[in-house]
Formats: sequence, C-alpha cells, structure tokens
Amino acid sequence: MAVKFVRPKIPKFAPDPWAIQFDDQGRLRHLLTIEGLGPQWITRILDTAEGFVSVTDREIKKVPLLRGRTVVNLFFESSTRTRTTFELAAKRLSADVLNLNLATSATKKGESLLDTLRNIEAMQADMFVVRHDQSGAAHFIARHVAPHVSVLNAGDGWHSHPTQALLDAFTIRRHKGDFTSLRVAIVGDIRHSRVARSQMHVLNSLNVGELRVIAPRTLLPTHVEKLGVRVFHDMREGLKDVDVVIMLRLQRERMEAGLLPSEEEFYRLYGLTEEKLAWAKPDAIVMHPGPANRGVEIESSVADGPQSVILEQVSNGIGVRMAVMSLCMSANRGENA
Amino acid sequence: MTQTDRLLPVNEAIERLEAQIRSDRQEGALVDPLIIGIHTGGVWVADALHRALGCSEPLGRLNITFYRDDFNTLGLHPQVSPSDLSVDVDGRDIILVDDVLFTGRTVRAAMNELFDYGRPRRIALAVLYQRDGRELPICADWAGQELNLGPDEQIHVDGPDPMTARLVTSKES
Amino acid sequence: MKDAPENLGIDHDPVRHPEGCRPGLDCDHWVIRGARLRDPSSGLDTTSDIYLGGGRIVGIGEAPDDWPQDTAEHVCAEGHWLIPGVIDGWARLREPGQEHKASIATESAAAVAGGITTVVMPPDTVPVLDTVAVARYIKRRAQLAGRARVVAIGAMTQHLDGELLAEMAALDAGGCVAISNAHYPFHDLRLMRRALEYAATFDLQVLLQPLDPSLSERGCAHDGAVATRLGLPGLPVSAETAPLAQLIAMISETGARVHVPQLSSAAALKLIERAKADGLPITAGVSAHHLWLTEMDTDALDPNAHVIPPLRSIRDRDALRRGLAEGLIDTVVSDHQPHEPDAKLAPFPETEPGISGLETLLPLVLKLVEEDVLDFERAIDALTTRPAALFGLSDAGSIAVGQRADLALIDPDAMWSLGSIGMASAGENTPFVGWDFAHRVETTWVNGRRVFLREP
Repeated sequence: MAVKFVRPKIPKFAPDPWAIQFDDQGRLRHLLTIEGLGPQWITRILDTAEGFVSVTDREIKKVPLLRGRTVVNLFFESSTRTRTTFELAAKRLSADVLNLNLATSATKKGESLLDTLRNIEAMQADMFVVRHDQSGAAHFIARHVAPHVSVLNAGDGWHSHPTQALLDAFTIRRHKGDFTSLRVAIVGDIRHSRVARSQMHVLNSLNVGELRVIAPRTLLPTHVEKLGVRVFHDMREGLKDVDVVIMLRLQRERMEAGLLPSEEEFYRLYGLTEEKLAWAKPDAIVMHPGPANRGVEIESSVADGPQSVILEQVSNGIGVRMAVMSLCMSANRGENA
Repeated sequence: MTQTDRLLPVNEAIERLEAQIRSDRQEGALVDPLIIGIHTGGVWVADALHRALGCSEPLGRLNITFYRDDFNTLGLHPQVSPSDLSVDVDGRDIILVDDVLFTGRTVRAAMNELFDYGRPRRIALAVLYQRDGRELPICADWAGQELNLGPDEQIHVDGPDPMTARLVTSKES
Repeated sequence: MKDAPENLGIDHDPVRHPEGCRPGLDCDHWVIRGARLRDPSSGLDTTSDIYLGGGRIVGIGEAPDDWPQDTAEHVCAEGHWLIPGVIDGWARLREPGQEHKASIATESAAAVAGGITTVVMPPDTVPVLDTVAVARYIKRRAQLAGRARVVAIGAMTQHLDGELLAEMAALDAGGCVAISNAHYPFHDLRLMRRALEYAATFDLQVLLQPLDPSLSERGCAHDGAVATRLGLPGLPVSAETAPLAQLIAMISETGARVHVPQLSSAAALKLIERAKADGLPITAGVSAHHLWLTEMDTDALDPNAHVIPPLRSIRDRDALRRGLAEGLIDTVVSDHQPHEPDAKLAPFPETEPGISGLETLLPLVLKLVEEDVLDFERAIDALTTRPAALFGLSDAGSIAVGQRADLALIDPDAMWSLGSIGMASAGENTPFVGWDFAHRVETTWVNGRRVFLREP
C-alpha cells in the first residue's frame, strides 16, 4: 500500500546569522553582536554617539527624537545597572520606557519566551532591549520578532554585549584617538565574559595595534587566540607597553566551580594594583565594565585613581546607547511610526 | 530630468544682511547679541556676520539633527557633529542664522533645541535667502535677498571657502 | 503533530505470520523484475528477477517450484537498485511516553520511506524499557502500524538511573536485541563494572554511549573555536574519551561485548582502534550527521544543529569518515530524534538536542559513496550486514534465498532535495533541509510486504 505524504515545503534556516541585523536596504535594524558590523558601522555609531554625549552635558539632557516610540527593557536576567543606563538613554530620547523584569517569572522555557514576546509586541512596542542568561537569546528573539520591532542585545549568556564594547571603544577613542598604534590588554575572566568577546570584535574591527588577554588558563576559553588576541598568563609580561588596561569582573562562583583556588590568589596574581599598573605605559588608562570588585580584581586606589576612566565609561554609555537606539529606530519606522 | 544652474551673488547678500543687522543694532533693538549658526550652511553665514559685526563672544553652532521632525520618514541624519554653545543663553539676545529660509521647519527645530539650553530673552532670525514655501508661521527678521521660486526650484549653498549659492531648476524631461 | 498513517492491520498471530504481515491478503507474493541486486555481504551484484513469498526471499533469477504465477504481484524495476533493507541501530520513536513528539506509527512510516526496514530503539522511553511488558507493548504497536520492524534495546539498570541492575536476562528472553543505559551515566564505576560482568554472563550485546556527566554539564556544542566565539558552553572531547577509556578498561576485564553507537571525535576513534587491535570485543558506530556536519554548522545558531554528542571539528569529521571507510567504525545510525516545533523554538542552548534522521540516513551515506569517501560495498555493509550481526538478526541484512524479504528499491539518479515536499517523520527538525541527493528510495518491502511506495 502506498503512503502519501503531501506536505508543505520546510523552510530552510538562514545561513548568515549576522545578516539579520540589517534590513533589506542595508540599514541597521537590530544590534545583536559586533560581528558583521564592520569598521564603517562601528565608526558611524561612535560618531553619532559624540553628538548624543554632548547632549548629556547640557542642562536639559533630553532630545525629542524618539517621541511617541516605546522601548521595552526585557530583562530575563536581572541587572539594575545595565537596565538603568538603557532606561536613561531611552528617556533622554523622549521614548516611553517599560521595564519588565522576567528573571524570576516562569519564562525559562522557550515557548513562554515566544509567548511573552507576542504579548509585548501587541502593546505596540518599537524596540526590545534584551538581557538573557543564554547565549544566542537575542538572535532567537530577533528571528521571531514582528517586523516593526528592533532588538537591542543588552547581554546574552557568554556571547555578546555589543553596546558595552562600543562604549569602551568610544571611551578609548576619546582618550587615545587612533586605534592602530594601541596595545590593549583585557584581564580576568575572559571565559565567561560576553563583554570580553564583544570587545575583541570591536577592537579588532577597528584594527587595534595589539590585543592581549591576561588570565590563568581556567579563565580562558578554548582557542581564544582564534579571536585575534595574544595570550599572556603573567601580568608583568602582559601589561608591558600597554596603553589600555581593561579589567573584567570576577564572580565568586568561579572559586566554587574550581576554576580558581581563592580570591586572594587571584588578586595577588592578576588583581590590578598600583604596583602592577606601573608596568603598563605611564599614560595608560584603566577601564572596567563595572561593577568592580575592589580587592578582588582591582585596587581601590587604581579604580579611583588618575588613570581610571571607569566613571567616564558609565556616562559615555548613555550617549552610545542613545546613538544605537536612534540608528536602529531609523531603520524601523514601520507600522507604528 | 534636466537641471539648470544659476549662480546667486553671495557676497552682496551677506553685505545687505550685515547692514540691516548693524542698523537695527544701532537703534538699540539688540543688546550684546549672541550669534548662533544652524549647521552647516547657517554656520558659514554666521561666521561671516560674526567677523563683520565684531561680536566679543564665540560663535555658537547648532546641529538640529536630534530635533528634526522628519525622523519618522527619513531616519537619523548621517551628519552628527555635535552642537557647540559655549556661552550660556539664559536671558540673552540671540541672532539665529541660517542660509535659506524655506518651510520654516529647520528654524522650528533650532528654537526647540535652543530652549533646551536655556531661556533666551529674545531670538531674532537672520537668513541669507528668504524664499516662499513656508509651512510654519515663521518669518526672518533680516534677509540678504528675497526670492520667489517655483516648486521645481531650489537654492544650494556650498562652502565655506569660498561660499557659493546656486539656484537649481529641475525640469521633468 | 502529524496524523498517524493508516494502520496496515493487526497481526493476530505473530507466531504463524511474520510480523507486520496481514494474513490472507494478496501481498504475499511479489516478483521484482529487472532491478540490479546489490548485496555486498554475499558478493551479489547482478541484474535479475527476485521472488518474494511468505515473508521470505524464495527465488533469485528463477521462480520457485510452487510459484503462484497468477496471483503474484509484479514490479518492473529496470534501472533501479535493490539493496537489503537498512537496519538503523539507534533511533528514538518517542513511544511510549513522548507521543507529542512522534509515535511508532509515524516514525516507522518515516523509516520505510528512508529504506529502513528494521529500527532499533534505545530503552529511554517513558516508562523506561526495563521490563518485558514495555518491550511487548512496543512490539505490538509496531505490528499495528505494520511498516518497519521495530526491535528494542532493554535497559541495563532499572529506570536507567545507574544504580540497580535491570533484569537483563529476562529482557533478552523477551525479545530485546541488546541492552544499554542509553545516554545515562552509571552511579559509579563499580556498578558499571558489575553491570558489564552480569551482561557478559549471558553474552548479551551491550550498547554504551560514553559521555561524562560532569565534563558535559551545560555543554551544548563542541568545545572549540566556534563555541568560544558564540559563548556556548563547550563539550570537550575528553567528555567522550575519558569515559571511553574507562569503558575499554572494563571490557578487557569483564569480556563484555560492547558497542559504542555514536563516536564524535578522532581521539575516541583512536581509542577504539587500539582496543580492537588488542582483540577486545568492542565495536563502534557513527551517526550520519557526524559524517557531514562540523562545529561550523552551529555557527548560525541553528537549533537543528544542536546534537549530543556535538558536531566537532573538520579534523574529527574527516577522521570519522576514514574510520568508517576502513571498517574501524562498524555501523552508521540515524540517531533519529524527532521533535515537536516548540522543542527547537528557544535560544540555542535551551533547545532540545537531536535531528530527525530516519529519512536522511541512507541518502547521506550514499552521498559519501558519490563523493568517493566510501565504496558502495562498505556503505551497505555498515547499514545492513554489520548491524544485523551486531543485534543477532541473522535472517536480515542480506539478499539470499531464505532470508527475510526486507528490501529497499533505490532510484540512483532521482535528484531530489530534502524538505521540498515535507517529511514523513512527525519531526521536521533537520539541518539538511535543502540538501540535494541523487539516490532516492522508491519502494520498500518488509517481511515480503510492500510497505512504502513513493508517490510519483
């Protein structure tokens, strides 16, 4: 007996994962990762950010650009600090902002994640700012979102945190100008850091002179050198002639997971103290994506010292996020506009 | 589509503009005015006025990208060099300068932005060319030249050195 | 969820009639004319007529004496190849327990559409296949569906929890063709050793998939450059090789016959090679997707490329291909895992792993032949003869008079594209959509009954 199967064609999965960031006219619609942006878009975002950073220096720190648009902060992993900077950026663009903290609610399964999306789309949202603890979550949401919604990745798992990397590049550019002659060192927990991955992409796209990572092998992912970095395990060697030192946050779980013996040993070997900072160039700047663990990865006198630009990073972050939001909304002015 | 170009006399227009402002100023209409040009053509005109009028304080530059009302149709303007107002505008008399006054929307955006910097005592508008086609109730206090143009005619100002102005007529062929 | 295909009938007396066959119907006698018969195990490669009757092959070249000339069905198959039906040694049919994903009825129909005549099911059903009752249920459901033959692998420990031994001898007597702990770990090495000793007592075939639970925790992709870039938790090669090395040590002590259904790395293959050279009773398989895909295919975060063991480096894939060509790897399996669409609608690490592979097993292996990776004989050997021997299916896996009439008829120049007319499986989760294949299964016989005919 013959069995008949007449079924519709099965759609094929998009082969280029980063192309989804652009619309059919080549405009930036979503910002999910630095990959695929290229130096032109990165530079354009940084240049646009200059204008917005100057707005935040004024008395009235607000422009009417996104009046009537709605930005929804979808935070599946709680992070007050990051959420606040996105919220402030959206508000300074005169957008309406909705904060949804979904970290505690029952949105752990993909099905309900899609359901959450559909519900918020129905509220005529224009942009989702997404933070999720799983790598690839922002891509997943961008793939399934309605055509009038832009997605901004505010950190997914260990994968990507593009606005953080852009604001770091912005801060470096303001202090150092040209990237091609710079030596930059990223220190600490690279393995679990979406920030470090995005920083590597952004700095290599901008053709940075040399990019180094300094960490014990337990905190480095397999084949990290394929991301275009030189690997060091020793701070004295790694910081030599460095113009920019980026410290990463070390989470306490790393000790429990057997990646490190103790905070004390990490601090002794890799914590940025005044003594170790002296191994870098005298005019080196010190950066940290925050919040810093003083006495674990960085000494207070360094974090608050003259070479630290940590607080500048925070204020630049608002301008950079304003720039990204405006650019993505430029591409997306469909049904709700 | 065919285009025809005609050069407009720029220097004469600037001189007329400057003369009008100078005479009004002598009559006491403006107290210690601050000159602010609208990015980009307005800045070039403002720069010429600033030099000719001998103002003590630096020239202001206003980039109205973030205040445009066409974001929803055109998106973010690619030109983003930031505004530069180093002097406090609170309580001041301001000469706002642009190259061409057409629909009035640019001036509307510029005034909105100015008010986000402070509360000026008075804003006066100086333009190099005032043409017809207004869509908002805005009128220049001084104009270097008045022009009545058809819908197929546009004024293109290039600069800054030398500054030129062309009247471009586009005709469907 | 797809509608189950129509039941082909109930076999009321499985002793008298071969499984899946409806007694008294006119499908008992077939003559297939003009096909090129290709069976490497018997060195058969000839264009000849073949006669099927009573569920068996009853004649090659000439009809048997009592051939019912008037009632037998005739098939003209010039230009086609007839091969022994494929025996897929590792495929989940989702029944019992996960019928929202698929059922024995849908998946055994998908199997025959892919030229597979015997499906071997691992014991990780719900409830676990650790009692004869579950084995009987599965057999019954397969007979009801009446498509592919479904045989089961019994559980090695109760509930597969790795703590208490299951009644392996009873499962063996109840029809299970092997025993396995699926992908579940043993509680400790002592228990694993005892389970192997007990299995060796009865000379049972054991299937164990080495995967260290602590090294693979949260891991969803090969621990290599792609996972590093995408920030995906990695599954290192040592998650496979470390437990495999332990397993080999235990085999040499206990003498248990062990088959590893899915190798994923070159390093694991090396361990197998050495163990075989040492004369240990170990064999190994590989899933078809590991012969074609690599970590690069997870680059787009396609959830259909999320599989365990993970897709590894190009070096690993090439080593697996060589291992298969040289016969170091004995069998190829589909590792069929059909899913409902929702299982794949989530961020990559949260999706359920697995590929719906029944319909691509034979095409993917024959594509390796096309690309001169394998010779045809080795390909068919790995899909039929070796698995038949592994699972003790002595009357299947070859074309010879007296053997079961489990056959697949292939059009070698069909040129078709996967997914263009949908799939027969209830799970459409495959990264091979859009792939072009030359060989296509046109007709399948199980127990001498035509259970699949491709619609023109």
